[in-house]
Amino acid sequence: MTGPTAVALDNATVAFRLADGRVYTAVEQANLAVAHGEFVAIVGPTGCGKSTLLNVAAGLLKPAAGTARIFDKQLSGLNRDAGYLFQADALFPWKTAIDNVAIGLEIRGTPRAEALARAQKWLGSVGLGAFANRYPHMLSGGQRKRVALAQVLIRDPKILLMDEPFGPLDAQTRQIMGNLLLELWTADRKAVLFVTHDLEEAIALADRVVIMSAGPGARIIGDWRIALPRPRDISEIRMEKDFHALHREIWSVLKDEVMKGYVQSSQAGAA
Amino acid sequence: MSRVTLLSLQILVAVVALALWQFLTSVPVFGKILLPPFFFSNPVDVFSQIVNWFYTGVIWKHLAITLWESILAFVIGSAAGILVGFWFARQPRVAAVFDPYVKMANALPRVVLAPIFALWFGLGVWSKVALGVTLVFFIVFFNVYQGVKEVPTTVLDNGRMLGMSERQLMRHVYWPSALSWMFSSLHTSVGFAVVGAVVGEYLGAAAGLGYLIQQAEGTFDVGGVFAGMFVLSAFVILIDMAVTVVEKRLLVWRPTVAPRD
Repeated sequence: MTGPTAVALDNATVAFRLADGRVYTAVEQANLAVAHGEFVAIVGPTGCGKSTLLNVAAGLLKPAAGTARIFDKQLSGLNRDAGYLFQADALFPWKTAIDNVAIGLEIRGTPRAEALARAQKWLGSVGLGAFANRYPHMLSGGQRKRVALAQVLIRDPKILLMDEPFGPLDAQTRQIMGNLLLELWTADRKAVLFVTHDLEEAIALADRVVIMSAGPGARIIGDWRIALPRPRDISEIRMEKDFHALHREIWSVLKDEVMKGYVQSSQAGAA
Repeated sequence: MSRVTLLSLQILVAVVALALWQFLTSVPVFGKILLPPFFFSNPVDVFSQIVNWFYTGVIWKHLAITLWESILAFVIGSAAGILVGFWFARQPRVAAVFDPYVKMANALPRVVLAPIFALWFGLGVWSKVALGVTLVFFIVFFNVYQGVKEVPTTVLDNGRMLGMSERQLMRHVYWPSALSWMFSSLHTSVGFAVVGAVVGEYLGAAAGLGYLIQQAEGTFDVGGVFAGMFVLSAFVILIDMAVTVVEKRLLVWRPTVAPRD
């Protein structure tokens, strides 16, 4: 690993109190470190607490035990160094695309004219230069994700937290968004923590793939370095031999957890 | 159905209804007039009454008074509704304490307040405004309350992660969300402001459309009552059209109101 640790979770345990008073442990004693400039993907079966872990790193959730450290400082309150890309639509529906992007600068005190100029540039970078005055509902799902990406990146956060950001998109749009993300990331290599349930997407994007077990009490059970060369093309890289070897290796571990998670969730559904 | 067909059918309905009204009040059927003009007047009389009002100009004063009362009721009721709605939504404890009383006050038919308001504020404009305020307030209050409560968690979290302070969240997230809920009930709240004004006038006033109708009724002038009703509905339709224009401008970002492209 090179450089300081951007995100470090030490024995982080996350628990929720359920409506009936019982305590549900979502994640148990997770240890995870993301180096400066490193792209780490977390993969796990549905409902294993991947997003929970991300929310701890964002400071949106407090761990029941253990700590989260950001650049070697213990995190209390929100993580001010991080930009967060949500799975669901998180744009402000009452603001146009350009206002949505500019807001991150405006609330910091940047004069409006300058904020708008820079927002227009960022919209250009995500390929939406001509859509500045559209409201979110006038954009497609993929376009909204692009605006959200620009909204987060314009603040130039040192850490990028992404919660299945391309989950709701169709397969082709996902690949295009993946390539866009890599292109923007290569420009200034932020630390990225990327949560997904799609192993192929994880391998294609990341430097490291971390596997979580099925919940409750999910743990980190595997950590693979993805030594595939960069720059990568998401759609091309899937054809390569090394990709297949890695995929087979990681999937052999993940498969059992996915089955466990499936059985548990179907039992929970029946109960 | 094409626009022309639709419009001609709509006009046809009015023509048939008016013709039937005129016929039944003036021509005996089997030797008997089915709708005695004393109770039902007739379209010609009603129309000439309306023309007379506008020709002599007496109607303008009453229209202006009713409009002024409606505007005051709407503005004051909305301001109070926004204020209290925000306060309750941001202070769940306050909301919980006042909850039964809010429900009680809202359950009360507002008409029964009219005599009290007449006592408190006199027979002038303010007793009608007060009645309208009690109607408008609750609609705006409930919508603003809901609007602040129903901001999606993701949007709120996004605001926080983008670095918004509580005040900035208020301005960029809660406020627009609350306003959009309020605007979506604009037709209802504006309508109720007019209802408050007219009912107040009807129950005791010296001017206004409600007063005009009440006066006509007091002298058994059924034609005057109908004429007042027609002027009143035209008045409400005009106001409603104005609201639609305002609404379209304010809610461009809303998928249901904004034009598709």
